[in-house]
Amino acid sequence: MPTEHTIKRFEGELNDLKEKILEMGGLVEKAIKRSINSLLKHDTDRAHKVIERESNINDLELEIDEMTRTILALRQPAASDLRFVITSIKLVTDLERMGDLAEGIAEKMLETRDHPLIQINSLQSLSDLVLVQLKLSLDAFSRYDIEAAAQCIEGDKKVNTMYKAMQREYLTYMIEDPRQITAGLIATNIAKNLERIGDHAVNVAEMVIYMVKGYEVRHIGRKAAAAIVRGESAPK
Amino acid sequence: MSTEKNNQLENKITVRDLKLWYGDFQALNGLDLDILEGKVTAFIGPSGCGKSTFLRTLNRMNDRIPSCRVEGEILLDGTDIYAPEVDVVQLRTHVGMVFQKPNPFPKSIYENIAYAPRIHSLVNDGPEMDELVETSLRKASIWNEVKDKLQQPGTALSGGQQQRLCIARTIAVQPDVILMDEPCSALDPIATAKIEELMDELKQEYTIVIVTHNMQQAARVSDYTAYFYLGDLIEFADTHTIFTAPTHQKTEDYITGRFG
Amino acid sequence: MSNFMNTGKNPRQKQRERADTRFRLYGLTALGLAMAFLVFFFIDIIGQAIPAFHVTEVKVTVHYSDAVKSNYNKAIDHKLRRIVSRGWLRALPAQLKAHPDMIGTSAELWVPTDSRVDQYIKGHDGNGLKPKYQHIVDAMQKDGRVRQVFNTGFFTSGDSKLPEQAGILAAAVGSVFTLLLTMLVAVPIGVMTAIYLEEFAEDSKLTRLIEVNINNLAAIPSILYGLLGLAIFINFMGVPRSSALAGGLTLALMTLPIIIIATRAALRAVPESIREAAYGLGASSLQTVWHHVLPLAMPGILTGSIIGLAQAMGETAPLIIIGMMAYIPEPPTSILDAATVLPAQVYTWSTESLHGYTERTAAGILVLLTVLLSLNAIAVTLRNRMQQHW
Repeated sequence: MPTEHTIKRFEGELNDLKEKILEMGGLVEKAIKRSINSLLKHDTDRAHKVIERESNINDLELEIDEMTRTILALRQPAASDLRFVITSIKLVTDLERMGDLAEGIAEKMLETRDHPLIQINSLQSLSDLVLVQLKLSLDAFSRYDIEAAAQCIEGDKKVNTMYKAMQREYLTYMIEDPRQITAGLIATNIAKNLERIGDHAVNVAEMVIYMVKGYEVRHIGRKAAAAIVRGESAPK
Repeated sequence: MSTEKNNQLENKITVRDLKLWYGDFQALNGLDLDILEGKVTAFIGPSGCGKSTFLRTLNRMNDRIPSCRVEGEILLDGTDIYAPEVDVVQLRTHVGMVFQKPNPFPKSIYENIAYAPRIHSLVNDGPEMDELVETSLRKASIWNEVKDKLQQPGTALSGGQQQRLCIARTIAVQPDVILMDEPCSALDPIATAKIEELMDELKQEYTIVIVTHNMQQAARVSDYTAYFYLGDLIEFADTHTIFTAPTHQKTEDYITGRFG
Repeated sequence: MSNFMNTGKNPRQKQRERADTRFRLYGLTALGLAMAFLVFFFIDIIGQAIPAFHVTEVKVTVHYSDAVKSNYNKAIDHKLRRIVSRGWLRALPAQLKAHPDMIGTSAELWVPTDSRVDQYIKGHDGNGLKPKYQHIVDAMQKDGRVRQVFNTGFFTSGDSKLPEQAGILAAAVGSVFTLLLTMLVAVPIGVMTAIYLEEFAEDSKLTRLIEVNINNLAAIPSILYGLLGLAIFINFMGVPRSSALAGGLTLALMTLPIIIIATRAALRAVPESIREAAYGLGASSLQTVWHHVLPLAMPGILTGSIIGLAQAMGETAPLIIIGMMAYIPEPPTSILDAATVLPAQVYTWSTESLHGYTERTAAGILVLLTVLLSLNAIAVTLRNRMQQHW
C-alpha cells in the first residue's frame, strides 16, 4: 500500500485484517505440513494435533469475517481498499477449506495404521509442490506480488500432472496386488486432498491479482492469466 | 478514453481542450470529456480542483466573473456554446442549474416555478401555467407535499423540499441538461436520499451533471465519474470502474481516502 | 485537571468577575448619561414650546370709522393701541377697502394682543411692557376680557417681524418643495448609481476610486455642499438664489452619497444565491435586478433614502450659502420663488431677542423633530413590513 490513509484507524483496521489473514494462512500451512509429516513419519500424535487445531482455523475464519463485515459497514471502502476487503472475504473461505483438507489428510493418516502406505515418496513430492504453491499465493497476498501469484497459477499445472501420474502409479500397485487396494485408495485420497489444496492456492493467487490490479483472471486458463499479469496481453 | 464503449450512446456535451483562467491563474488545464445523453455524470475531486468551475462553464455561469477567460470548445448537441452568436439566456434554458444551497425566490411556491416559463414566454398565465407548475412539481416529486399550499412562500419549506422546489423550477423551463452543484451538501441524509432517488428518475428525460464532495453519493447516483485534481481531469470512466478499480494512482488515493 | 470544579473562587476568577461588572457599569453609566441629556433636551424644548401654541386675545371694541382707512390706530381706544397686535391693526384698512359697507359700524371683538402683552400674561416680564399697560391688562383680565386661544396663526402664516404673527407655514412649504426636489433628484440618481456600481460595474481601479470617493463625499462637511451648490446651480446654471430649486438640488448633492451607500449596502445584503438562481434560469441582468434583487433590497433602499432625506430636511449649513436663510413671510408658490426651510426658520428665530421668538424657536424645533421622528418611524415600519426572509 503506497500511501497512508487519512483516517489512521481505518489504516490500522486494514492492517489488522491483513495480519489476521496471514496468521490464518500460517496456521493452514502448518496444518498441511504437520498432516503430511505425520504420514511420512507415522506419527499419530501429529495427526491428532492437526485435527485438534482445526478449530483454531475455524475460529480465525469467524473472526476475520466479523472484521470484514465491520469494515464494510463502517468504512465503505472503495477502489483498492474495496478490492482488498473483497479478496479477504474470499481468501478466508479458501484458507478454511485448505484447513479442512489438511484435517482430512490427518484423518486418513490415522487409517493407515492398519494399512501402511507404500511408495510414500511420490506423496512427499506432491505435498512439497503444493506447499510451495501455497507459500507463493500467501507471499503474493502479503507483498502484493503479482509475479508470485502468476507463478502460483502456472505451478498448478505441475501439481495436476504430478497428481495424475500418482493416480496411475497407485492404480498399477492396486492392480498388481489387490491387498494394497485399501492403502492405495487412502493414498489417492490424500493425493486428491493435496491437489485440491493446490487449487485453493490458485484461487488465492487469482484473487490477489484482482486485489492488486483490479481485473479478473479467473476462468480464462492458466496461460492467458499469466500473460495478462505479465502485461503480454490486455485484460478483458 | 471510453470511446469504444460509448459508440451506441449520444454525446450530449462534448468538451475539447477546455482551458479556463481567472485573471492570470489557470483553473482548468485543457479538459477533454464527453457527457452522455440520459446519464448522470458526477464530478469529484478535492476542493479547488476545478470541478465546480468546470460545471459552471457548461451553462456559462462563469460569464458573471469578469476576470474569467475560457478557451477551447464545449459542444452542446454539436453547437459550440462559447460561439459569439450564442444567446446565453437561451443556453441557460437548455442547461439548467441547481445550486449548493437551496435558493428558492422569496415568493410563493407557484411563482417560483412560474417565473422562468413566464420570462421566456413558454406558456401563458392561467390554466396552461397551472398545468406546467403541477407537472414540474410532480416531476420533482414534491407535488404531494405542496399542492395545498402553492401560494405559501417557497422559503417556508424544509431544506430538502426547497431543493426539490429548485429542481422543479429548473425543470419548468424544460432543459436538456441539469447541472447540480453539490445539491445535497446542505441537506440531511433523508432529504439527500430523496434527491438522489429523484435524480434517478430524472435521468430518463434529462442529462444530469453533478458536482459532489460526497464520494459515496457520486457512487450511488452516477453512471460516469470524472475525477479532477488541480485543474486537470485525472480520470473519467464509468462509475463502477472508478470505485472498484481506478486506473490512476491519484484517483485511487482520493477514492480510498489517502488524499493529502 | 479539575481546577474548574473548585468550589472556592480563586483570586483570578474574582478579579475577572469584578472587571466584568465594572465594564457593565461603564456601559450603563454612558447609557444613563445619554438618556439624561435626551430627557433634559426634550423637557426643555417642550417646556419652552408649549406656550407658543397658545396666544393671548383681548376683547376690545373696534370702530370701523372712515378715518381708519388712513390711520388704523383710530380703530380702537388709544389706551389699547399698545395692547393689541399692530399686525392686526395694520390689516384693518385693507379689510375696510374690501368691505366698504362695514364703515361706520363698530364691534366687540377678540383680537390678538401684542407679543409683549402675550408674554406678560404667560408670566414672563413682557420684554419691557410698561407698567401703565400692565395695569390696563390686569384690569382687562379682571373684566374677563383676556383669554388664551390655540395659536392657529403659527401654522397658517409665514414669518413676521412681529413675534405674535410669526408662523412656520412659509418655512414648511419651503421645506416640502425643497425636500420633494431633493427626493426626485437624489433617489433615482442615487439608486441607479448604486445599482450600476453593485450589479453591473466591473471591479476595476476606476470603480474602486469612485467607491472610495462616494464614501468620502458622505463624510465631508455639509457646508461645502452649499459652496458647490452656489457655484454650480446658482452661478453656473443660473438657478434663482434662495429658491427651493437651488436648495433642493444642493441638498440632493449632499444626500446622494448617503443614498448610494445605503442602496449598495441593501443590494449587497441580497444573497448572491438569489442572483445565481435567476441567472441560472436564464433571466437577463435587467430581469434579475428588477424582479429579484431590487424587491429584496427595497426595504433597505427606502430606509436609507428616508434617513438621507431626513438628514437633508434638518440641514441648514449649505442653505446659508445659497441664501435660504432669509426672511420669507409668504409661502413660495413655485420652486423658483425665494423660500426658506424649517431648520433655517428655527435658526432665524433663535437669533431674535424678543421672548415671543424664543418660544417660537422651541415650537419650530418641536415641529421639526416631530417630522423627523415620523420620517424615521416610517423608515423603520417600512423596513419591518417589507423585510423578506430567505
